[in-house]
Amino acid sequence: MIESLADSIREAAARHRPLRLRGGGTKDFYGNALRGEVFDTRGYSGIVAYEPTELVVTARCGTSLSELEKKLEANGQCLPFEPPHFGPGATLGGCVAAGLSGPRRASAGALRDFVLGVKLIDGRGQALSFGGQVMKNVAGYDVSRLVAGSLGTLGLIAEVSLKLAPKPQAESTLRLEAPQARALELMNRWAGQPLPVSATAWHEGELTVRLSGSAAGVRAAAGGIGGAALDEPFWRGIREQSHAFFSGPKPLWRLSVPSTSPPLELQGRQLIEWGGALRWLKSSEDPKTVRAAAKRCNGHATLFRAPDKAAGCFSPLEPVLARVHGQLKSAFDPAGIFNPGRMYPEA
Amino acid sequence: MGAALPVVRALREFLPERAILHEEEDTRPYECDGLTAYRQLPMVVALPETEEQVRRILQTCSALKIPVVPRGAGTGLSGGALPLGDGVLLSMAKFMRVLRIDPLARVAVVQPGVRNAVVSELSAPFGLYYAPDPSSQIACTIGGNVSENSGGVHCLKYGLTLHNVLGVRGFTIDGEPLQLGGEAPDAPGYDLLALAVGSEGMLFVLTEVTLKLLPKPQCARVIMASFGDVEKAGAAVADVIAAGIVPAGLEMMDRPATQAVEQFVHAGYDLEAAAILLCESDGTPEEVEDEIARMQTLLARAGATRMTVSRDEAERLRFWSGRKAAFPAVGRISPDYYCMDGTIPRKRLGEVLRFIAALEKKYGLRCPNVFHAGDGNLHPLILFDANNADELHRTELFAGEVLEKCVEVGGTITGEHGVGVEKINQMCVQFRPTELELFRAVKRAFDPQGLLNPGKAVPTLARCSEYGRMRVHGGQLPHPELPRF
Repeated sequence: MIESLADSIREAAARHRPLRLRGGGTKDFYGNALRGEVFDTRGYSGIVAYEPTELVVTARCGTSLSELEKKLEANGQCLPFEPPHFGPGATLGGCVAAGLSGPRRASAGALRDFVLGVKLIDGRGQALSFGGQVMKNVAGYDVSRLVAGSLGTLGLIAEVSLKLAPKPQAESTLRLEAPQARALELMNRWAGQPLPVSATAWHEGELTVRLSGSAAGVRAAAGGIGGAALDEPFWRGIREQSHAFFSGPKPLWRLSVPSTSPPLELQGRQLIEWGGALRWLKSSEDPKTVRAAAKRCNGHATLFRAPDKAAGCFSPLEPVLARVHGQLKSAFDPAGIFNPGRMYPEA
Repeated sequence: MGAALPVVRALREFLPERAILHEEEDTRPYECDGLTAYRQLPMVVALPETEEQVRRILQTCSALKIPVVPRGAGTGLSGGALPLGDGVLLSMAKFMRVLRIDPLARVAVVQPGVRNAVVSELSAPFGLYYAPDPSSQIACTIGGNVSENSGGVHCLKYGLTLHNVLGVRGFTIDGEPLQLGGEAPDAPGYDLLALAVGSEGMLFVLTEVTLKLLPKPQCARVIMASFGDVEKAGAAVADVIAAGIVPAGLEMMDRPATQAVEQFVHAGYDLEAAAILLCESDGTPEEVEDEIARMQTLLARAGATRMTVSRDEAERLRFWSGRKAAFPAVGRISPDYYCMDGTIPRKRLGEVLRFIAALEKKYGLRCPNVFHAGDGNLHPLILFDANNADELHRTELFAGEVLEKCVEVGGTITGEHGVGVEKINQMCVQFRPTELELFRAVKRAFDPQGLLNPGKAVPTLARCSEYGRMRVHGGQLPHPELPRF
């Protein structure tokens, strides 16, 4: 089966025919313009190996993300980076290629932190293995984490092994009133204390905090944080962007900044996550202004959802980095057939 | 004589005399790193003090096509900093400033020559610490840790260096500045930071590292549990994980290892036990009490014959002192030892330990084992005498077989020490020619002339062919399914 995927890729490469690698298409909105013939990965699916006692799962790219998560949940485990699905059709391959993490990212780590190994089909149609199923592995360059978040531009992630975590025993969500600057300070202070904070979000004067861990630990921490317990299923709306903040026709920007950056003075509404490091902006502000604001605090801005991506989805790269990107792209995909231009013109 | 070298003359144009070593008496201390079996005098040692000097050294060497080997404290165990006789050894020892500690943002910005332990010491007043704690942490530097993706005894819960580095700054071999990652998460483009961490000084030279600091847990306690056989101890580890516990530390030592250690540090280990487990919990006092009780129940059910829980911080540190001193302790009972670093899926532990025991007989060499049980990283220590050429040879064969066994059971030849020169042959076993070629292409993307630490970590095609011929036993390759050339 992996051979037939490799054959199709070899054939496309021989004809210099661009391919648009696609699972459920739930993240078609992400990145620059889509080009090439759709290469559907969903036929290559299924869990290859799952050993709960090893805290590792290996599955094929077309595996449904929600089915995978159900299987893990049945064993009291989870994907610690809490990936957004953005639709019921999300696949594991798309999740890893997009490299997006959810609300738990600031405390648990990013998707790439949990990638242990990949089977990759490169642009020559070669099936290659990097990393493995073990937690620690420093043999060779860390190609499996390089391809995480590469938007399918380096190869087809045919199979991936991920490190898992046990599901927390207890969870509790609290809500406090706080203006933005105060909320930023609180989130950063909490992160510097041994508290089981697993997610934070601020929007329009309300700071929402999730605690996860042992029942005793969550109970003890809740007292110190204060606020009132929140019963509604809030975090799913943040992760999946079904929260009211994300609706409306204006472009959605994702500004990634150091967590202690002061409130950003930009037109439009903001929602803050990840202890202050992720600032969502719904705004028609000039892209140059948004990118400059991010850059002033050593961050970067992604045009996450917008009808017009003429400004480029991702912050431009410094010339040296752009050159390295171009060279890596041609090392993995010499004919330039995988998702051309989806990330950058040079990659 | 060295003074007449063109590279020395070129370096003198911008480096002070004290920053250029070329007399044998001065370069001798740099002839090896922690892997002392391999030695080579460098042509020149350069000791820059500023980023600008690093940039110009690299530019100079690139123009003269002279290879450069970067070096931190020289504690590496895989020969990653082994010099080249026709190359410049770039010592980053003078880059020892901590540039910034920001307690609110929980980051430390340091130069690569800063020692690992210093970061936690300086962060302690803010209730913070730097999590990766390789056993050599009092001596090894952050630059070396980043280059090797070092681990430690708390990786299962807190990750490797990779998970605790936010960004790096440095220069390519052509002297171009590079900034990868940073305090803002998810840098745009490819995750070059992931590529940089563990790249063994082969892609670029680091001059600055931004580290993530974590809040120090309120308390930590460790259980020392004895087992009558090693496999039972391994099964106990699986039981703890299966119960949904991620211990802060989970280490195993077999009896030969505890015996060597006990003579040296008196950690209070049970010398009757075939293996001991050190099983640590950290968090709030409530969490720790709860988790320790659950782990004790699980370990007892798994057949622990004795358990002691640390009563206070002094006792906890004493229990760990033995584990952290395992390498030097073994160094006292044998003229030399050879430390391996393979990682395996935990469930194959029993099989691999039996395999190692059989090799002890086959090669007539002893091999105590210390094991990062939580993450499957083995450190078997082969005891030998380097003055005995035959013992050294048998040790290399022994080690080679163990590493190849790790690959066979689905693991890797190196978990945290790096490939360096030491395991370069085994790279030909773990990876296929197509994969190795991609590694070489990755290197070329940063270093087209192949001047940064050449000959390390990624073998050439020719080297693998030669090794393949050497390893053919009775006409049968150990992995006939792997394509060869």
